[in-house]
Formats: sequence, C-alpha cells, structure tokens
Amino acid sequence: MVSHLTKRFGDRSAFEDVSFEVARGEVFGFLGPNGAGKTTTVRTLGTLIAPTSGSAVVAGIPLSAATGAEIRQLISVMPENPGLYVRLTVQENLELFAGLYSLPSPAARIAAALETVNMAARARDLCGRLSKGLRQRVGLARALLSDPVVMFLDEPTSGLDPVASRDVHDLIASLRERGVTVFLTTHRLEEAERLCDRVAILNTRLLAVGPPEQLRMQLFRSSLVVETAVRLPAPETVFTRDMGVDKWITEGDATYVLTVADPRMTAPRVNRALVAAGADVVSIAVSHHSLEDVYLQLVDEDPEAGR
Amino acid sequence: MIGLDLGRLGAVARKEMREYRRTPFIVGAMLVLPFIFLINPAIVIFVLSAAIKPAAAARDVGSTFLVLLVVPAVIPATIAAYSVVGERDQGTLEPLLSTPVRRGEILIGKALAPVIPSVGIAYLLFALVVILAHFFAQNPAVAATLSDGPHVLAQALFAPLLAVWSIGVGTAISTRASDVRVAQQLGTLASLPPLAVTALVSFQIVPLGVWTAVGFGLGLLVIDIAMWRVVAAMFDRERLITGSRAVKTTGVSPGDSVGPGQVRRIQA
Ligand SMILES: Nc1ncnc2c1ncn2[C@@H]1O[C@H](COP(=O)(O)OP(=O)(O)O)[C@@H](O)[C@H]1O
Ligand SMILES: [Mg+2]
Repeated sequence: MVSHLTKRFGDRSAFEDVSFEVARGEVFGFLGPNGAGKTTTVRTLGTLIAPTSGSAVVAGIPLSAATGAEIRQLISVMPENPGLYVRLTVQENLELFAGLYSLPSPAARIAAALETVNMAARARDLCGRLSKGLRQRVGLARALLSDPVVMFLDEPTSGLDPVASRDVHDLIASLRERGVTVFLTTHRLEEAERLCDRVAILNTRLLAVGPPEQLRMQLFRSSLVVETAVRLPAPETVFTRDMGVDKWITEGDATYVLTVADPRMTAPRVNRALVAAGADVVSIAVSHHSLEDVYLQLVDEDPEAGR
Repeated sequence: MIGLDLGRLGAVARKEMREYRRTPFIVGAMLVLPFIFLINPAIVIFVLSAAIKPAAAARDVGSTFLVLLVVPAVIPATIAAYSVVGERDQGTLEPLLSTPVRRGEILIGKALAPVIPSVGIAYLLFALVVILAHFFAQNPAVAATLSDGPHVLAQALFAPLLAVWSIGVGTAISTRASDVRVAQQLGTLASLPPLAVTALVSFQIVPLGVWTAVGFGLGLLVIDIAMWRVVAAMFDRERLITGSRAVKTTGVSPGDSVGPGQVRRIQA
C-alpha cells in the first residue's frame, strides 16, 4: 500500500523511505514519538499534501494529483484536532459533511452516525459548548458518516480523560467488527497494543512493522529477574554463557537481571548454580516485555532520535 | 474549476450563511451600515434646494451614487478576509479539505454567502433612494438624475462586479494571512481601488452614459476574472495546510511518562 514514501519540508524530512502494507479490515497502529512524522504521513495518504518521492495506493487507488478527489470520497480523516464549526450545531456540522460527500439520505446517515457515538441526544447543541471528549465523538461521527473504506484517526485520544479515551477505544473496536480499515496514529503504546492488529513504529524512518506480540518477541529475548538474600560475591561465575545467559546486570543491591534465550531452561540451572555457590535465592521471575519496552529500545537506538 | 457539483457548492454556501448569521460582527455590519450610507442620499434628497441648477444637482447625486456602492464594494472583502483564516483558527480547514470537495466549490460557495446579501442590500438601498427621491426631493433634478437609464444600469452592473472583486481580494488575503484582524484591515483597503474607478463616474470626471457604464462594467469584469485566477492559484491544498503552520502543541512524549531508566538498565 505504501512504498518508499518520503516527504521533505525544505531540507528536512518529516518521514523518509517509509514502506508498509495495510490489509483490508485491519486496525493498523502507527506509533511514534512527537515529531516522528505521523501527522505528515496521514496528510500525505489523505491527499492533502503530495509526497516528495515514493508511491502509495490508498483504498485501492494510486496516489496522484489527479486521483485526490476520488480517494477522498472513499476515505475519511480525523485530524489531531477534531476541527468542528463552533458556531454550528452538531447536526449542522454533520449536514455540511454529508453534503460534501454527496451522501444519499443524509438525515438517516447523520442519525446513524450520532447513534454510533452515543450523541443522538446532543444533535441540537452548538459544538462550541461541547467538552473536548464530546467534540472528539462528533469528530468520529463525522468520520463515520460517509461509510469510508479507510479511516485515518490521528491521535484520537490525545488530551482525553480516561473515560472518554475508553469510549473512543470501544468505538475503534466496533469499527474492526464492521470491517473498516483503520489507520490509527498514536504515541500511546498501550493503545496500540490493545487495539491494533499490527503496529508500525516510526521515527522519521520506519523502525519496525508487525503484530504487537511478534514485535515484542522478535526484538527482545526474555529476562530473568533473580533476587538473592545478600549480594553475590562473584556473580560472573554463576551467570555464564554456558548457563544460557547472554547478558546480565545488577539492579539494586542483590537483584540481577539476566537476558536469556530460553527462560524455562535457564531458570532451573541458574537456581541450582546459585544454591551450589551457597547463595540464598529469594526469587527467580521471568519478566515479560511490553510493547513499550520494544518501542523505547527502538527509539533509543535510532541514531536520529536525539535530533 | 471544471465539474462543479452544485450539491457540494450549496453545502458550503449554506454552512457559511449559518456561520454568518451567528456572528454578531457580520450581522451588525449588515444591519447598521446601510443606515449610515443612507445619510448622504437623505441630505441630497431632503436638503438640496430647488434653486440649485440641474447640473450642480446632478453632481451631488453622483456622490450619492458612489456612497451606495460602498456596501457591495467593501463589506464582502471584510467578510471574506475572515473566511480562510477563520477556518484555520477553528481547525476546520483540514477536515474541510479532506473531503471530496473541489477548490472551485469551496471558493464559490464561500463567495456566494457574502455577495448575495451585500448586493441585495445595495439594490434595496438604491431602490429606496430612488423612491424617496421621487416623493420627497426638493429639487426635481435629483429624482430625474437618479432614475435615468445610465444611472440605473451603472448601479445594477457595478454593485455585483465590485462585490466580486471585493470578495476575491478578501479571500486572497485570507489564504495567506495568519491573523484575522490584519486580514480584515488589508481586505478593506484592497477593496477600495475599483471603487476609486467608479468615483470617476460619480464625480462626472467621466460623464456617465450608457456606454461609459457598460465600458466601466467590462473593465471591472476583466479585473474580476484576473483576480479570481490569482485566488484559485493561491488556494492550494498543500499550501493551505502547511503554509502558515499553527503553533505546534508539545504534548508529553511517551518517554517522559513511563520511566525509561528501567528499560535502559535491562539492556545495559
Ligand atoms: N509544514 C511543515 N513545514 C516544515 N516542517 C514540518 C511541517 N509539518 C511538519 N513538519 C516537521 O515534520 C516533522 C514531523 O511532524 P509531524 O508529522 O507533525 O509529527 P507527529 O505527528 O508524529 O508528531 C516534525 O519535525 C515537524 O517539525
Ligand atoms: Mg501528530
């Protein structure tokens, strides 16, 4: 769907050589720190700005200056800021967009979209009077209105309180059930991990793409956290490569974090070795890495991260 | 700008009307300004004594004529100056441009909303002045001059043509401006030059006849078309989105909230 896409502003790249594919009906997470180029990617795929180089196919149509309107008819974009006309009511805002998408039976579509986001009762309210969470819901209703093939949601929960965020999450989950392809931009890891079928990690360049759990396995070997009663006199004699320990570090006074390939094999061996060495083992635990760890590792290792 | 869809164009125009109706500044201007511009005609009608010679009377009527054109010449620019900056300020420009709407549909839809009421007001004012003149003018030359063919023709042609210039220049400024107030002041200023041209007719520096009216009308039409070409060229999606970038909000970066130290230690 996207191949070697680059966008530069002057001599500065917003994103560079980005390639990935999103399957129909997939919820695809686009994860990256602030300034990673997420919004610029959404704007490029949403045909608002032209890529500097590379190509992309959006909703089955190749991206080009001539196909912009055609693509826009099939997709919908919810920008970072929902951008509602504050002097118009919820209903009037949606009427405008129903008109812009040339929807048949707009009244029914608007009612259905408002129903989906639980805002039917607020249709007559001025948007200027709504809370941020409610505006976000109206923005989502607007994005749903045209029954798009692909929905781009740019940080839909940024700045929302936990309850409003959960509503948005539930809605995205329900979109997946309807078979809508969702391109979800976020810098919140738990959000990506919870909602997305696959995740791409971006920091100007694409660092990794895959299902959240696979990224985790691929990038991290497991860890064993070993705690002993007192500090070991010579840990290096216990935590050896022969035992299956790749690396180890001391954490705190008498806690050691071991990077291992296979914790099920290594844990009992380490235990036996520690006992043989006369140490009192308080606990040995397998530590699971979250996507967060993967993410931070990638962004940390990225030479451009410190820009 | 081929292939305009009237449904989309109408949707834009309707939305603009709805916004204007709820903007006190615009409603106020539309209600109050016409009365201000009735002051000069009223003086001409009620005060100009019958003793003044027809030629002199006609000159005063000329100034009335000019005053009546100020509404369609200036108000649309002031309103249009707000149209694009206003959308950008509200954050609505990006969602609007993300829809299948074409450039021409946005521009014309946005233009119709202020042009129709200001031209309407101009015509109504002119009709009102002519009627008042017929019934109340002290000097018979006033009514005669106001309702002669060239005057009516000039009023009918110039009002919409000035309005179209005005809205074009206002929109052009709005696509580049980053501040609503500055845009409105510049827009008002930029709407004046064509009005100055019509002043030549009003003050009888160029005598007003049917052909001068048509000639000036054509002249205005040409600069209107030129102006709108410029506006269309300036109204480019990418420029509008990235041109004057809103101040970037700096959120909390993910690293800040999760304590990266722990993870780094694991990799050490
Ligand atoms: N219009 C623009 N002109 C110049 N640089 C820009 C523009 N828009 C974005 N950038 C730069 O591109 C990079 C990516 O920005 P953005 O796509 O907004 O990131 P994100 O959405 O991931 O936070 C940033 O370094 C930003 O400063
Ligand atoms: Mg962003």
